[in-house]
Amino acid sequence: MDVELRGITKRFGPVTANDNVNLTIRAGEVLGLLGENGAGKSTMMNILSGLYSPDEGQILIDGKPVDFEGPGDGIAAGIGMVHQHFMLVPVFTVAENVILGVEPTGRLDYLDLKTARAQVRDINDKYGLEVDPDALIEELPVGIQQRVEIIKVLFRSAEVLILDEPTAVLTPQEVEDFFGIVKSLRDAGKAIVFITHKLHEILEIADRINVLRGGRITGEGDPKSLTEQQLAEMMVGRPVSFDVQKAPFKPGETLLEARDLVVLNDNDDIAVDRASFHIRSGEVVGIAGVQGNGQSELIETLTGLMHAASGSVSFLGKDVTHASARERHRMGMAHVPEDRHKSGMIANFTIYENMVLNTYYEDRFSSGPSIKWPEVLKTAAKYSVDFDVRTPSIYLKAGNLSGGNQQKMVVARELERETKLVIASQPTRGLDVGSIEYIHKRLMEARDEGDGVLIVSSELDEIMSLSDRILVMFEGRIVAEFDTAAGPVDKNAVGLAMAGVHA
Amino acid sequence: MTAASTTDTASGTKMETHKDRQARIYGAVLLGLAVLVAGVFALDTAGDATFRLSRPRDPWVVPDLVVPAAPFNFFVAAVLALLGLRQFMRGGFKWSTVSIATGFAIAVAAFLVWATAGKSFSLTGMLSATVVAAVPIALGGLAGVLSERVAVVNIAIEGMLLAGAFTGALMGSLLGGWGGLLCAVLVGGMFGFILAALVVTYRMDQIIAGVVITLFVIGVTSYVSSQVFSEYRFLNNAPVFRAWKIPLLGDIPMIGPVLFNQNLFVYGALILVCAATYYLFHTRYGLRARSVGEHPRAADTLGINVYRTRYINVTLAGMVAGFGGAWFTLGSVGRFDENMTGGLGYIGLAAMIFGRWHPVGALMAALIFGFADSLQQKLAIVRTPIPSEFLAMAPYFATIIVVAGFVGRSRPPAADGKPYVKE
Repeated sequence: MDVELRGITKRFGPVTANDNVNLTIRAGEVLGLLGENGAGKSTMMNILSGLYSPDEGQILIDGKPVDFEGPGDGIAAGIGMVHQHFMLVPVFTVAENVILGVEPTGRLDYLDLKTARAQVRDINDKYGLEVDPDALIEELPVGIQQRVEIIKVLFRSAEVLILDEPTAVLTPQEVEDFFGIVKSLRDAGKAIVFITHKLHEILEIADRINVLRGGRITGEGDPKSLTEQQLAEMMVGRPVSFDVQKAPFKPGETLLEARDLVVLNDNDDIAVDRASFHIRSGEVVGIAGVQGNGQSELIETLTGLMHAASGSVSFLGKDVTHASARERHRMGMAHVPEDRHKSGMIANFTIYENMVLNTYYEDRFSSGPSIKWPEVLKTAAKYSVDFDVRTPSIYLKAGNLSGGNQQKMVVARELERETKLVIASQPTRGLDVGSIEYIHKRLMEARDEGDGVLIVSSELDEIMSLSDRILVMFEGRIVAEFDTAAGPVDKNAVGLAMAGVHA
Repeated sequence: MTAASTTDTASGTKMETHKDRQARIYGAVLLGLAVLVAGVFALDTAGDATFRLSRPRDPWVVPDLVVPAAPFNFFVAAVLALLGLRQFMRGGFKWSTVSIATGFAIAVAAFLVWATAGKSFSLTGMLSATVVAAVPIALGGLAGVLSERVAVVNIAIEGMLLAGAFTGALMGSLLGGWGGLLCAVLVGGMFGFILAALVVTYRMDQIIAGVVITLFVIGVTSYVSSQVFSEYRFLNNAPVFRAWKIPLLGDIPMIGPVLFNQNLFVYGALILVCAATYYLFHTRYGLRARSVGEHPRAADTLGINVYRTRYINVTLAGMVAGFGGAWFTLGSVGRFDENMTGGLGYIGLAAMIFGRWHPVGALMAALIFGFADSLQQKLAIVRTPIPSEFLAMAPYFATIIVVAGFVGRSRPPAADGKPYVKE
């Protein structure tokens, strides 16, 4: 089945998400769609799956124009979407998730799960997916959950599969398996749209590449004749430097030391398992690992937001295992939380209020019970300039800023004071290339000025390019350590450690 | 995917988990009960407690159960102490929940024995009353299950019950029992629909919408009741559905009178619980409804109409609550009194939570609350040293204990209470 998008335009209020986009999808081919966050990739695919309707333009299937009016229409026409955030009900089984909406039933509307299971097994066998139809989704690893999403669209006889940032949640090894599945689908004659912002992936898997920027197609080409550098330029619109500038590695004294740290999560399961490590001044320690292997709990424990069940943390030579977040903060620990919306900022507060969330109680901003707002405003204005927070006014609500500017605001708040150790969790998640470059630069400056820096990221490339030392977390344990100062680190070895395979 | 499931780790180190804490609290509660039973129920008692298990006219007469009060209660105290001590030892953790449930059950038995010592007490009568008292709670809970399974928090159950009671009395007086019942169900459904409209279409806060509906119903029914019914008494004089004994089954000793010699509302509640279970867990529409409560966005991407599903289920919930409301008038006294539901709708919500958002669970929980209620009524008759006003608190007291202590981590539908905004 071939699909063609002709002159598609979609506006959300004043924002034009897609601007006269033309795209052809062919059976038996993997079309790579490259673009930054906010380039309009997801909008376009939501139009293709019938979730949105375009303001202008046409969708043609095998040459015939079609009109989608709801999310059901895309799939009915054979276009299936695998969303970036999985659309699976966690408390349902695989089979229940697969049949939802197109359930086989018997008399009295009785759910025919037996048939459903058999059908899931058929699809399993055909494409080598190996998923247990009776497993509960919430008990499956993300890699398998993703396969369930694929079974879901295949169950609905999709001929076109749209994969939206499918590798974001996978380990490097899972990515390899996943590419195998994508190829077997392509060879079975399905049309695949592979959406990503990762350059090397698109070069590896795509048969044809389209680049999207600012809602328009800005480049097209053959992966065989394109380089990462060229693709990045098409995607960002200017030459991009992949190299991070940093001074020679000169580690100083130990700032933070964790010994046999054990942390339990809310369900009393062991989230961090006897982790021991140290961070020295003037070095960047990166923690690599697939999300959900205890990194979040580790960071929250180091910063005083969670309690350690056993073990100890010392900071600047003092035992801070039971110190509050504020005590640690006053000692010079800065924390850029992993989810800025949940714990990094208050969306309904203004920018200037957000800028002093961590220091409002200090004498320079408070006298007795009242806050010295003129001081706060002056300081916030200065921070915004220093950290390139682009906003018409600091009186604006933080929630109105773009993701990149929100993150710069958080980083400004955390770094604009005497710091000794910077702990940054997923510091660039969901940001555009410009903001990523900027935040990386700031973190490196902190390091070069003698701070210790701890970075957690699920993007292995980010960890590889920033870190002086790499720790790999798997199932709560630190399973491997790599020293990049000593020489180049084998990315494959890190990837294997992330998957729990010991070298 | 959690780290712990696959590791054998850190077991050497000493850590206090939530479960350890809970086990110790349960242990302390059980020991406290043991002291109470030994010190009060066992020491301050004499003679035998006689429990009547059947009535003289029954086809098969079961002999009375005679329990020597003091020895029995000492025995209970010993068992409680044993269970409590076991909680403090490592091996006791596994069975915490079972232990505490058993503990409470036998403590209640000890209480009954103490209260009836030297007297005679109809156990079947109390169990039969338990079932009757459980009906409005179970139906309220079921209404809660139906709407919360599609992620609409239903605080309006109290109002829907009251509306059903009022409509049942008014229309029952005019049209007869069946007509009144039908109207009660329809009016309940109407309020369900209104709730759905407020929270689904207008995205009003679900708690506030529910409270508003309840307050509205209380206001209107109280007004009509005091201003109109007092003048025109014939408007508040509805026929009552009498008990109907199911042939054969109704003659089984003990069980017969408790389960099979009841009125329409008891049978209706049982049937509705079964039907709702089948609907939610074995049909396509039930699967869709649950998906809407757990992950509405996922349901939407699969072409399931989230809004319509919520409208339908919340309206059904209203109809169930309307039926439950009619129990107060058509199923019992035939007339409406101001605010006669007395908060049972809220207890129904507690039953829903205790029953883990499952119809059968809600029914079981309702039976516990119903037991507390009938216990206080019967004990008021046998004359215990406890003032009856104090006993009247029993159902509410049971609610607090159950919701605060035992619900633990039962998990509501993931999207419960959250409005769904289409992209």
